[in-house]
Amino acid sequence: MSREIAEIALFTTAAAGAATVLMLGPGVGLAWVLARRTFPGKAILETLVSLPLVVPPVATGLILLWLLGRRGPIGRPLEAMGIEVVFTSRAVVIAMAVMGMPLLVRTARAGFEQVTRRYEQIAETLGAGPWRVFRTVTLPLASRNILAGALLGFSRALGEFGATIVVAGSIPGRTRTLAVGIYSYTETGQDRQAALLLVVSVAIAFAAVLVSNRLAREG
Amino acid sequence: MAGFELEFSLRQGAFRVEIAERTDARALALFGPSGSGKRTIMEAVAGLRQPERGTIAVAGRVLFSREQHIDLPARSRRTGYVPQDVLLFPHMDVRSNVLYGANGNARNLDSLLDLLELRPLMSRRVTSLSGGERQRVALARALVSEPDVLLLDEPMAAVDIPRRRRILDALLRIRDELHVPLVYVAHSPEEVLRISDWVLVMDGGRVTARGVPSAVIG
Repeated sequence: MSREIAEIALFTTAAAGAATVLMLGPGVGLAWVLARRTFPGKAILETLVSLPLVVPPVATGLILLWLLGRRGPIGRPLEAMGIEVVFTSRAVVIAMAVMGMPLLVRTARAGFEQVTRRYEQIAETLGAGPWRVFRTVTLPLASRNILAGALLGFSRALGEFGATIVVAGSIPGRTRTLAVGIYSYTETGQDRQAALLLVVSVAIAFAAVLVSNRLAREG
Repeated sequence: MAGFELEFSLRQGAFRVEIAERTDARALALFGPSGSGKRTIMEAVAGLRQPERGTIAVAGRVLFSREQHIDLPARSRRTGYVPQDVLLFPHMDVRSNVLYGANGNARNLDSLLDLLELRPLMSRRVTSLSGGERQRVALARALVSEPDVLLLDEPMAAVDIPRRRRILDALLRIRDELHVPLVYVAHSPEEVLRISDWVLVMDGGRVTARGVPSAVIG
């Protein structure tokens, strides 16, 4: 395997890992809120969370480009702090996180819904406050689903293409991921390189989905 | 000081549970067919159900009073609740279950482990325990938190008949040595007679008879 292919594989895996870490906090929080709380506008929040699954990824990329661009509502203040996002590895991580998050939220939510409410009630009668109940009872009992969801989100992030190419481009050694690399090599007639990337990406995704399925079954 | 003031009503779907009882009992048994409202009363005392009106007080401490706008959350009620299905935390071993309610302060741990004969079980996973062992672990978990009252929902239901005596002896020692007041949803008349000094017979969400167990049940 050429050094370039290894670098792309490593960068993609690291970016997908970073994206998974990034989505974990908000994703688990959202999953818990959707599983356990009733509030006005819940249906809208549910829809918004699932939107990246159905909107064309390129369109999600365009929205991100607008939000994170130099004149965008998020990009502008970041730019003022000297943080550039668009067409950097940060953009790759954010695009991957946005695209992977719906899968994490859905799987983790199912996990929280399976946790018998009465275990939490027993913990309350033993003097535990809401945060301790969540940390010591709810979260551990839903942990298999959360882990399975994180792995699904990670797998989705690994294969992310549409949003990434719009918001981060395909800059060799900087923002080029497995999926974007396959596309770029194919475009430029480097079929052998494309095929190598294909094998690597299938192998990583296969392992991730296999583990995720096993966790979901055992959970 | 023991004693219960249970004067409240609450609705559960189409079913209404009403109770009006003041007693100095140390061990109060609730007896009656399933669906008669015994568990609902217990859950209201534990703070897991909210009455529409009335007062709940145990040993002189008001846990709920609509009139005084008191509604202590379950975590502040100091009720050791042992539900019928026990509900040990399945992801923890026996030790972690027992110590859950200790909040870093398990002054009575040693005596409880002896009383309930739990020392050999401490590192076991709760999924490997028998019905009787689970019940003893649940009792210890509830008692480590030094509750003002112990709420027991048919503690013999999941225990083999030969092992029931052991649990019963433990309950009598808890009542007499630890002086913890009990509310006891009873499985059989024998349990009512052995454990309680006051019984409420329930049917259809109402108390249909009350009194000293030997007079009401015997």
